[in-house]
Amino acid sequence: MTTWPILSVTTFLPLVGALIVYLSRGDDEAAKRNSRWIALWTTLITFAVSVILVMRFDPANADFQFVEKAAWLATGITYHMGVDGISLPLVILTTAVMPFCIIASWKAITNRVREYMMAFLILETLMIGTFSALDLVLFYLFFEGGLIPMFLIIGVWGGPRRVYASFKFFLYTLLGSVLMLLAIMALYWNGGTTDIPTLMHTAVPRSLQTWAWLAFFASFAVKMPMWPVHTWLPDAHVEAPTAGSVVLAAILLKMGGYGFLRFSLPMFPLASHDFAPLVFTMSAIAIIYTSLVALMQEDMKKLIAYSSVAHMGFVTMGIFAGTMQGVAGGVFQMISHGIVSGALFLCVGVVYDRLHTREIAAYGGLVNRMPLYALTFMIFTMANVGLPGTSGFVGEFMTLLGTFKVSIPTAFFATFGVILSAGYALWLYRKVVFGALVKPSLASMKDLTLRECVTLFPMIALTILFGIYPKPVLDMSAASVQQLVNNYNTAVTAVKAAALLH
Amino acid sequence: MVQAIVFLPLLGAILAGLIALVGAHGRNPSGDEVEHHGDHGHGDAHASAAHDDHGHDDHAHDDHGHGPVEPAAAGSRGAELITTALLFVSAALSWMTLVDVGFNGHDARFQLLPWIFSGELEVWWTLRVDTLTAVMLVVVTTVSSLVHLYSIGYMDEDPNRPRFFGYLSLFTFAMLMLVTADNLVQLFFGWEGVGLASYLLIGFWYQKPSANAAAIKAFVVNRVGDFGFALGIFAIFMLTSSTDFETIFHAAPGLTGKTINFLGWHADALTLTCLLLFMGAMGKSAQFLLHTWLPDAMEGPTPVSALIHAATMVTAGVFMVARLSPLFELAPNAQAVVMFFGATTAFFAATIGLVQNDIKRIVAYSTCSQLGYMFVAMGAGAYSVGMFHLFTHAFFKALLFLGSGSVIYAMHHEQDIRNMGGLWKKIPYTFAVMTVGTLALTGFPLFAGYFSKDAIIEAAYASHNPFSTYAYLLTIVAAGLTSFYSWRLVFKTFFGEPHDQEHYEAAHESPIWMLIPIGVLAVGSVLAGFPFKELFTGPHGVEEFFRESVKMNPHVLEDMEHMPHLLGWLPFVMMVGGFLVSYTFYIRKPYLPVELANTQPMLYQFLLNKWYFDELYEIIFVRPAKWIGYQLWKKGDGFIIDGFGPDGISARVLDVTRNVVKIQTGYLYHYAFAMLIGAAGLITWFMFGFGGQ
Repeated sequence: MTTWPILSVTTFLPLVGALIVYLSRGDDEAAKRNSRWIALWTTLITFAVSVILVMRFDPANADFQFVEKAAWLATGITYHMGVDGISLPLVILTTAVMPFCIIASWKAITNRVREYMMAFLILETLMIGTFSALDLVLFYLFFEGGLIPMFLIIGVWGGPRRVYASFKFFLYTLLGSVLMLLAIMALYWNGGTTDIPTLMHTAVPRSLQTWAWLAFFASFAVKMPMWPVHTWLPDAHVEAPTAGSVVLAAILLKMGGYGFLRFSLPMFPLASHDFAPLVFTMSAIAIIYTSLVALMQEDMKKLIAYSSVAHMGFVTMGIFAGTMQGVAGGVFQMISHGIVSGALFLCVGVVYDRLHTREIAAYGGLVNRMPLYALTFMIFTMANVGLPGTSGFVGEFMTLLGTFKVSIPTAFFATFGVILSAGYALWLYRKVVFGALVKPSLASMKDLTLRECVTLFPMIALTILFGIYPKPVLDMSAASVQQLVNNYNTAVTAVKAAALLH
Repeated sequence: MVQAIVFLPLLGAILAGLIALVGAHGRNPSGDEVEHHGDHGHGDAHASAAHDDHGHDDHAHDDHGHGPVEPAAAGSRGAELITTALLFVSAALSWMTLVDVGFNGHDARFQLLPWIFSGELEVWWTLRVDTLTAVMLVVVTTVSSLVHLYSIGYMDEDPNRPRFFGYLSLFTFAMLMLVTADNLVQLFFGWEGVGLASYLLIGFWYQKPSANAAAIKAFVVNRVGDFGFALGIFAIFMLTSSTDFETIFHAAPGLTGKTINFLGWHADALTLTCLLLFMGAMGKSAQFLLHTWLPDAMEGPTPVSALIHAATMVTAGVFMVARLSPLFELAPNAQAVVMFFGATTAFFAATIGLVQNDIKRIVAYSTCSQLGYMFVAMGAGAYSVGMFHLFTHAFFKALLFLGSGSVIYAMHHEQDIRNMGGLWKKIPYTFAVMTVGTLALTGFPLFAGYFSKDAIIEAAYASHNPFSTYAYLLTIVAAGLTSFYSWRLVFKTFFGEPHDQEHYEAAHESPIWMLIPIGVLAVGSVLAGFPFKELFTGPHGVEEFFRESVKMNPHVLEDMEHMPHLLGWLPFVMMVGGFLVSYTFYIRKPYLPVELANTQPMLYQFLLNKWYFDELYEIIFVRPAKWIGYQLWKKGDGFIIDGFGPDGISARVLDVTRNVVKIQTGYLYHYAFAMLIGAAGLITWFMFGFGGQ
């Protein structure tokens, strides 16, 4: 099909960029500027290459495409890459968000610029790799490798409590990782291979399903993050630099959801079905609990972080509903949340760069000075609230619709999120943007610069475009989601039928 | 043509919004450092780039916006004229559509764009026009265009006019999307869209904390209703696998008798669905329990109150029930609930209206009460009758609001009627139209409200709803109360002695921009009644005019005609009674109301404080939510999860390492023993864990 390994190129281009940054030694202004430009061009070219993926992708085909396979470690462990309709949107999201992160760090980061850019580029490779790896070992490498650059980004360029936050982040995710490694070993012993497509069609004994599901769940639930293992996220967000928060919210959180879709549902359908009530409960609690907590936050980033947890609750709920709308809505919600929450963190970054505080009480009346900013922030606030016409609505609506068919109580409690999100999001907006401009520190605030507009306006366009015409994303994932749902339901029905025979 | 009606306001909104943005941006330079002033050379380049992103280059008014002397004012007139002109075009087309659809029977559906497609879920952007929609199109665009025109005068001192007109047009667009929806999801889009516009307009004067609070309250309370609406959509999708009206209505008869297990309650599927959907209607139409946002919404500019919070948006709930009449007709229990809430609201809001002193709040409670009347008709299955009242109410209530606006304008933004008095000599034109509006509202014979309100009371009497007697009595009483508070408003404002001499002396008639629209509405308040009576309330007229667009209760219209004649006079008697009491209280013996308030302090305070609903909700919902949120944050996240999670673990790790140091004894046999235990544990685990398989 393709003559060149386009997926590997997309994955490893950022690494090449990181290498170039590394080779361009020096610590003066010129070197800093160079590394910024190199990083920007690398991410842009990577994005351009990933667009080729979209153009050549066949949305009617539910199987993996752009498959590359090469011998690697032992028998059964190969270098195997490929994307389907579930992973491709996430790959594109990654490549699309990264240039914005680099631009957002343009002025905010002044020390160790080279290392910073390298960390981001390496992170990009690892994230794309996570979404396109088709071998468990390879996946594990990318998945856990992503921890390290993120750990460094928070720990080196973060805020005052950065060490605490990065260790908390590390502790949580490490716990999940260890368990997942055990499960991967168990799967290898069971199937004799770590090849994901093969494993997806390998029946796993029911008891192993249960344990492996729990082990994977531990890892993905932390990444998601689901209640009650979410407390690392607010701290990590608060301490991370703006671009770090954007990557964290937009992409790293999606790894958990992706993991559920790639492993939990296809490989352990019975365990997924057994544990669905647990996930439903945790999701519904997450939505209500974190929304209530968000109501009381005093820090802008923390508020958005808590709202992220609530929105991820919709994703897990939809995925484990196992219905077409639920799963497709979950995928869509991940993409939408990637754009919207990323943009919200950029919005916080805009005022943080000017005033160097994230405290809500320090702001008020910004609309008087920053009309463009007020408009931008309003659009993303509304998308966060899930207003129809923005992408936030489509995902929320579909996941709830898909869940209602399976579990009415879950959908019922989750819908409370609709009320509460309006409460905290509008409260934040009112405290920061509306009101009279009385605080003297705000008197000389200036509106968005060209650089900030370049980062925010494309996101506005996407938010509204996907709100009115979500078809591109839905169509891309439809076939793969349909196959996933069919397989899942077949497996579950078969067991139910067998149970009836006994 | 329908596309033009719907999208011209959107075009106007975008153009006005761009003018507002360019103007605002011209006044506020960009830059990302607070300390430095204007050292970023790329400010201009940025401005143009920013607006290119909005598709700015497709209109010719950016030059006005960038004008060097007065950046906002130059473009303001352009924004006003563009939006108003587009709205008038839209209104003219709407009337043509009404004739075309209502009389010539040319119903239409236009599929525009696929929206949400996933599995069996297929939602299109569609414009649907039948008679029900056409009536709403006429109401929305007519009132909206008049309000646009009025606002040119009313807002003439406001520096943010382009933004205001942009919001008004945006609202109109969302409302039109709502009424032309062909499926529940698009209805929900319009529903939330008008909610957004309402939020923006209530908070238009964003410097006022009270306006911001009212805006958030409106949005959040509406969201409570939308909570039910959304669940209703999910339930319908679960039952019928569709959100399209046609499919739902076809499937509906087959759903009778089905049940849904809703949180342990085996509810009748259709009843439950209708109740959930009605919850949305209660929020949007400010019905009893979810009404608290509407009076606060009066913080917005008066034209907004007239357009959104009287004539159009708040009637969306009524429209929704009428649109879904094929469902409600199959769920008599849900209809009973609708009638109960409608009647309760009609009475309850009228009692509060009796004692309020803010001119706009009186009219707001009146709106709330009249919406209750409409829901009574919906509950009776007389959907066309409810729509009739919606139609006439739009004219006279918009008139009353805009007239109040004219009074407020004349009194330099004074809204308390206790500070007014004797104004009829100063502003005779406003006085005249306000009187027309009051006559229409109170149901004086031959005025519009007379026909529609009496028809609702008759429908309540004639229906077989379990609450029909309750509704009949309450609506009769409410008619008397309505008459009292309406005339109280007129008497205290226009008659008696001036209470604020300074403002009284300066009072003057409003500019022509404002007088024309209220004049037109005054004419409408007379003509919207009798000529349309047969179309909305006559058994044959309704059948030919509405056809399939609403599913009427098959008997109610005929039964209404067989009502005893004496009872038919009762609303009129109540109306006259209310007038006479009001006349005695405020013209003949002005000391009486004070005495009454003093002898009944409990009742007076109860009504003045709006039945204490705000205080009640504050205690039941707002404070607990905040308290729980705070506790979950500090105790749940901070103490329990972090305490037993990462913080606890790291603390334990430190403890363990301290102990481990002690364990390192240096004796070889200690280490060997530990190894042995470890190996034994590992082997055991493999034998009983994975080894067992």
